[in-house]
Amino acid sequence: MLAISDKDFGTPARLATGPLVELEIDGRPISVPAGTSLLRAAALAGVTVPKLCATDSLEPFGSCRLCLVEIEGRKGYPASCTTTVEPGMKVHTQSGKLSGLRRNVMELYISDHPLECLTCPANGNCEIQDVAAMVGVEDTRYGFAGKNHLALPKDESNPYFTFDPSKCIVCSRCVRACDDTQGTFALTIDGRGFASVISPGQNGPFMESECVSCGACVQACPTNALTEKSLIELGQPERDVVTTCGYCGVGCSFKAEMKGSQVVRMVPNKDGMPNLGHSCVKGRFAWGYATHPDRILKPMIRATIEQPWREVSWEEAIDYAAQGFRRIQQQYGRGAVGGITSSRCTNEETYLVQKLVRAVFHNNNVDTCARVCHSPTGYGLKTAFGTSAGTQDFASVAKADVIMVIGANPTDAHPVFGSIMKRRLRAGARLIVADPRRIDLVKSPHIKADYHLQLKPGTNVALINAMAHVVVTEGLVNEEFVRNRCEAADFALWRRFAAEQRNSPEATEAITGVPAAQVRAAARLYATGGNATIYYGLGVTEHSQGSTMVLGMANLAMATGNVGREGVGVNPLRGQNNVQGSCDVGSFPHELTGYRHISDPVLRVSFEEEWGVHLDPEPGLRIPNMFDAALDGSFKGIYIQGEDIAQSDPDSHHVCAALKAMEMVVVQDLFLNETAKYAHVFLPGSTFLEKDGTFTNSERRISRVRKAVPPLAGYEDWQITIMLAKALGYPMEYSHPSEIMDEIARLTPTFKGVSYEKLERLGSVQWPCNDNAPAGTPVMHVGQFVRGKGKFTITEFLPTDERTGPRYPLLLTTGRILSQYNVGTQTRRTANVVWHNEDRLEIHPHDAEERGIDDGAWVRVSSRVGSISLRALVTDRVAPGVVYTTFHYPETGTNVVTTENSDWATNCPEYKVTAVQVMPVPARRRQTPGHQGTGAEMAAAK
Amino acid sequence: MNREHLIKMANQIGAFFGAYPDQEDAVNQVANHLKSYWEPRMRREIIAYVQQTGGPALTDLVRKAVRSLDHGPEPKAPA
Repeated sequence: MLAISDKDFGTPARLATGPLVELEIDGRPISVPAGTSLLRAAALAGVTVPKLCATDSLEPFGSCRLCLVEIEGRKGYPASCTTTVEPGMKVHTQSGKLSGLRRNVMELYISDHPLECLTCPANGNCEIQDVAAMVGVEDTRYGFAGKNHLALPKDESNPYFTFDPSKCIVCSRCVRACDDTQGTFALTIDGRGFASVISPGQNGPFMESECVSCGACVQACPTNALTEKSLIELGQPERDVVTTCGYCGVGCSFKAEMKGSQVVRMVPNKDGMPNLGHSCVKGRFAWGYATHPDRILKPMIRATIEQPWREVSWEEAIDYAAQGFRRIQQQYGRGAVGGITSSRCTNEETYLVQKLVRAVFHNNNVDTCARVCHSPTGYGLKTAFGTSAGTQDFASVAKADVIMVIGANPTDAHPVFGSIMKRRLRAGARLIVADPRRIDLVKSPHIKADYHLQLKPGTNVALINAMAHVVVTEGLVNEEFVRNRCEAADFALWRRFAAEQRNSPEATEAITGVPAAQVRAAARLYATGGNATIYYGLGVTEHSQGSTMVLGMANLAMATGNVGREGVGVNPLRGQNNVQGSCDVGSFPHELTGYRHISDPVLRVSFEEEWGVHLDPEPGLRIPNMFDAALDGSFKGIYIQGEDIAQSDPDSHHVCAALKAMEMVVVQDLFLNETAKYAHVFLPGSTFLEKDGTFTNSERRISRVRKAVPPLAGYEDWQITIMLAKALGYPMEYSHPSEIMDEIARLTPTFKGVSYEKLERLGSVQWPCNDNAPAGTPVMHVGQFVRGKGKFTITEFLPTDERTGPRYPLLLTTGRILSQYNVGTQTRRTANVVWHNEDRLEIHPHDAEERGIDDGAWVRVSSRVGSISLRALVTDRVAPGVVYTTFHYPETGTNVVTTENSDWATNCPEYKVTAVQVMPVPARRRQTPGHQGTGAEMAAAK
Repeated sequence: MNREHLIKMANQIGAFFGAYPDQEDAVNQVANHLKSYWEPRMRREIIAYVQQTGGPALTDLVRKAVRSLDHGPEPKAPA
């Protein structure tokens, strides 16, 4: 079922590439682009033609025979969905003959459809009901006594939606949505003629099929055979609120459909960018955490972390926190406190936390969770191109001829973009995947990577240098681009470096494990295959050479001229919803908004005048530095908004010891997370459904977050920061987040043109948005780089210190799974646990056999810093010598084993490479999934 | 601050810039990186390490870079 406020134009829009086609429908003149269907043209002219198998998110199919029309001068009754407009056409959508034909079709449908509209959850928002009324069916001549499907059992296996085959008219919209929109091909029509039924997989239940629960089929279904269980339970929504998803960095636009102050369902916004009506299982269905009983709704304080929590008023909690911070600063110095902003909170909330640290704490000890994910992106892309962001919009991938995915798993971690990318791949784009693990993209329905460069963890830079070697030694450099767009001296140095024999695919094969011939072929394809684009993730950044690798990819893109137009570029896929935004608005300790260094005196003056304070010109502590400073006694207090560092940061022992050493830890969050175990003040935060603000996604798109329900604990997160600032003696006078964005725009050239008024008008906008680009900038570095000329950098491969050896012979790398999100705080509190209720260790059959490990057996994973236990998943997805796991469950405590190694430039932890040993252990008692477990406790105990 | 961590981090930075043929420039790049990204107490600690021990665990390039930072008092811990 479409969103309650959606209008369906029947078939997709066509781009106007020439003169519009003029025609007449029921006497109404209309001009539309060539290729537009008559059905759509009629809808645009305000003429409603009955239809069931057509919807404007899918190409026309022409099966229901309801949208028939008459065209003057032509015989017959063509389907308007599959008939395109022609100049001068005169079309009639109503006639006695058409009415008769449509009524007959509807009578057939109705004869095999349950007539229980009054008790149907879709009553009042049902396409088959509407069409029956439109066509004027009062009864069916065929009766109900014949053979029918009315007794077929419902499939209730999926936790979020039900499939009732008795309501199905086999229009194939769900099958086409699964194929064309999502690209999973999980559904088919089984049988022929009357025996035709929608079949997930091999005629089994949805949960046993390949279905990824994206919801595209549910949205496409015109009869509510596929219906959200929340809709069945709560009834029809009354209104909707357009907002932005709070999960990954794709930043999908949604309509929160509401009944009073209760969310009935989340429906992807078909007019919203970048998803255009598509969604994934997390955004569409996994919002139940917002009202989970584990939510903490009262502020709490305690003098020591050994004491139980005590519920107090907001005033008492805020005053307690403020007094603690002030006492620490008086006792230990101004630099003894700091803050961590959240990539899950809005731009405005993040901005206020960094403002509080800089203007109220009077230091720059502010950092953000991007430290542990994409900080190398910030360093690398700023150095090479001049700004810390991806070069393209998501839609650009439709113009790509060669797609290189490095260290990212879009179909799991960025599923909606994964679907957009798969659509392009099915249309013929070539694919290179560089990943130690065989991700789904390597081979999935109708997609097969041309090259899977299955490199050893920790060898990215050697691989990218080998590709560069091929480009420079085989004459594949785009000389004109380099000459016109890049620094000549830096390029010359880089060219010499890349050409050195030690960087050749043959020389690096022993390092990367990738056959030289494959590397050569992939490099040739990237350099000569047309528009080549790079998408990358944390498999690039979370290494000791994370920044070097980002620079290496930028080198390759510039050398081949693949920057500065549609279809090319270097694009980070950001992990969380607002990683890009939190970095944009000044969360890093060395940068103010817009990535400008704090040491710039002119810049500081502009902020000092706006904020009325003197700013410290020195960079502050980064998160890992804060931990070290806490352990040496010079850092004693921290304000953490929406970040669970005890679970998500590496070497949990170290993190927990640092937190324990502090005297005032203030956690502002939805749940009592692992970090809260070390907190003295807990301030209950608000979900994305409970606040106003903006998120900025991976393509620099700023989208509105709109309050759908009042904050359950009484305050939106930005209001809590304001209360804390006030208690610390610095009033922040904002009555709405729009005023905070206005301040950001005043202070930040790349945001100068951003305002809530513009966001309302345009829907969303991609920065830079200013006088030069008032409607924003989908593709960056067109004509010239932000820094002027592009900068090549020498990217020497330096092996990580984390080496395998006799004691730790395997390399552990970590990642995410589709149904869970980061440390699982949200998704573990939803029905998504049915897909993934524990972290598993993927191990190659060879390594498993050597150790006597069976599939499902408990194993102990030991590194130089700690050990964890979890169950094994024996699979050849990973290469021999490599093991892989996720970090969604605190019971697993995955980061107990990851080390303190970090990126040389940014301190981003090296999560992706840990030398481990894996040995079988006897089964232990497992805690219930979703339980707030023992990972951090284990760490603390050790 | 943890001296061991700082030494390791500084040597990593040195290894990156050390790949450039102009070693004098590489020293400047390392020093600039430390000034731009290291909080003053981190810089104080690494300078103190070189002053007190001669910095044996640092590479030559990094030692030179740290010494180049040591031509005046680093910003003191803010009071």
